[in-house]
Amino acid sequence: MPISEKVMLKIEQLSFSYDGLKVLWEIDLEVNEGEIVTVVGSNGAGKSTTLKNISRLLKPGSGSITFEGTDLTQLESHEVVEKGIVQVPEGRKIFSELTVMENLRMGSYIKSAKKDRARNIDWVFGLFPRLKEREKQLGGTMSGGEQQMLAIARGLMANPRLLLLDEPSLGLAPLLVRNIFDIITEINRKGVTILLVEQNVYQSLRVAHRGYVLETGRVVLAGTGEALLNEEHVKKAFLGI
Amino acid sequence: MTVFLQSLISGILIGGVYALIGIGLTMIFGVMRVINFAHGDIMMVGMYLTYNLFTLCGIDPFASVVICIPVMFLFGGFLQKIFINRVLNALPQNQILLTIGLGLIMSNTIMLIYTSDYKILTTSYSSGSFRIAGISISEPLAISFLITVIITAALYWFLMKTDMGQAIRATAQDREAAQLMGINVKRMSVIAFGLGTALAGTAGALITPTYYIFPQIGSTFTLKAFVITVLGGMGSVIGATLGGVIIGIAESMGAVYISSGWKEVLVYVIFLLVLLFKPSGLMGKSRM
Repeated sequence: MPISEKVMLKIEQLSFSYDGLKVLWEIDLEVNEGEIVTVVGSNGAGKSTTLKNISRLLKPGSGSITFEGTDLTQLESHEVVEKGIVQVPEGRKIFSELTVMENLRMGSYIKSAKKDRARNIDWVFGLFPRLKEREKQLGGTMSGGEQQMLAIARGLMANPRLLLLDEPSLGLAPLLVRNIFDIITEINRKGVTILLVEQNVYQSLRVAHRGYVLETGRVVLAGTGEALLNEEHVKKAFLGI
Repeated sequence: MTVFLQSLISGILIGGVYALIGIGLTMIFGVMRVINFAHGDIMMVGMYLTYNLFTLCGIDPFASVVICIPVMFLFGGFLQKIFINRVLNALPQNQILLTIGLGLIMSNTIMLIYTSDYKILTTSYSSGSFRIAGISISEPLAISFLITVIITAALYWFLMKTDMGQAIRATAQDREAAQLMGINVKRMSVIAFGLGTALAGTAGALITPTYYIFPQIGSTFTLKAFVITVLGGMGSVIGATLGGVIIGIAESMGAVYISSGWKEVLVYVIFLLVLLFKPSGLMGKSRM
């Protein structure tokens, strides 16, 4: 999908505190339609907190988050999903007592996604053939890598226009990590805009059109993926070069 | 041998009703992590509803289930929306205080209207029984068991096969992930509490032909429901079904082989043994 100049998601001056401890400091971030945008940074930099503010699992202290002109801060989490923003959470959060198929069905719970259920199931089984083999297995009995595939597939079932991915490569074997990033690129080609939060700085900057570097709750660098990969600070702090 | 089979069967029959009460409590706990200490009182409200339908409108207590289920569902949904939803993120002790308070209001309101006199609902079949292979089976218990089986089967089907049922289970398994699927978890809580209330109220309706009806009957059943739920594993519907039947059999066996005054002791001995050797309950690992 071609990248447009149209701003899809706009975060302005977002701050957030956990019990008085400020973890996000006036963050500005934009995602254009069709892009893969990544937010990289080390553990505790505030990456997941940013995503949870978008999906309204956390309610922001101050600042604004708009999606195609709609103010997200007025919505409940389930209403954000209905707008077309779907988050694949950190740690997968698979429904452990539901089968793979039932997990996918839950992914298409919202009204607008129900009618496309059969088509989307074919699509995600094409992306992740392993899931088809495990169709009837309980989510909780699958390996970490399989659960990550299921989490992404489940997110795609909702017909997302903007997919928020929180650390999809965390805890995966190196071979699988490559695989996951390839699939992210493929999903993006199908027309899904992606906001990717990662600790795997090299891989995510490699696939992303643009990136933001977050350090202790502040955006310290922003630019295209390629430019950031060549940035001295990024090399030293994250890539060990 | 006949005595053994006799008490086993009556235990299973009464256990069905216990299972309904337990399933309601475990569902509410599973979805919201709230222990509903008003559960027995809700059952008592169901008893009085059935009693009124019988004395005022002449509706048979078992037929009244058809009215009891929707009325109690709405009652539960109302309680959830107005009261329980406000304390979902509160400290457990505050949630306990709220549900205990709601229970007290229910029992005292009923006492104000109907006084604390014991009431009996006598139907043509209240003391009827029939015999199968030399074992005498109480007619009202048999009918109530049949209704219990139908309701439980319908509930399983709803939870396992429908989108909404799966959404309720998803909410119970991971509330945050459910929200990310676009599931309105507050609405699921209202439905879960409504269903739990409907089950407890129906259990109340089913026992009216065989139990005394009085405003304080709730507390005994809250305790019983709690034992059943913990025995089966908090949050497990299958566990609660199993727990209900086990408690029913234990009471019945205890009454026959020890004495009716000691039947509760047997129940709690089993309860403590399960807690001792399997602290998470019989089906502890499985969620809804």
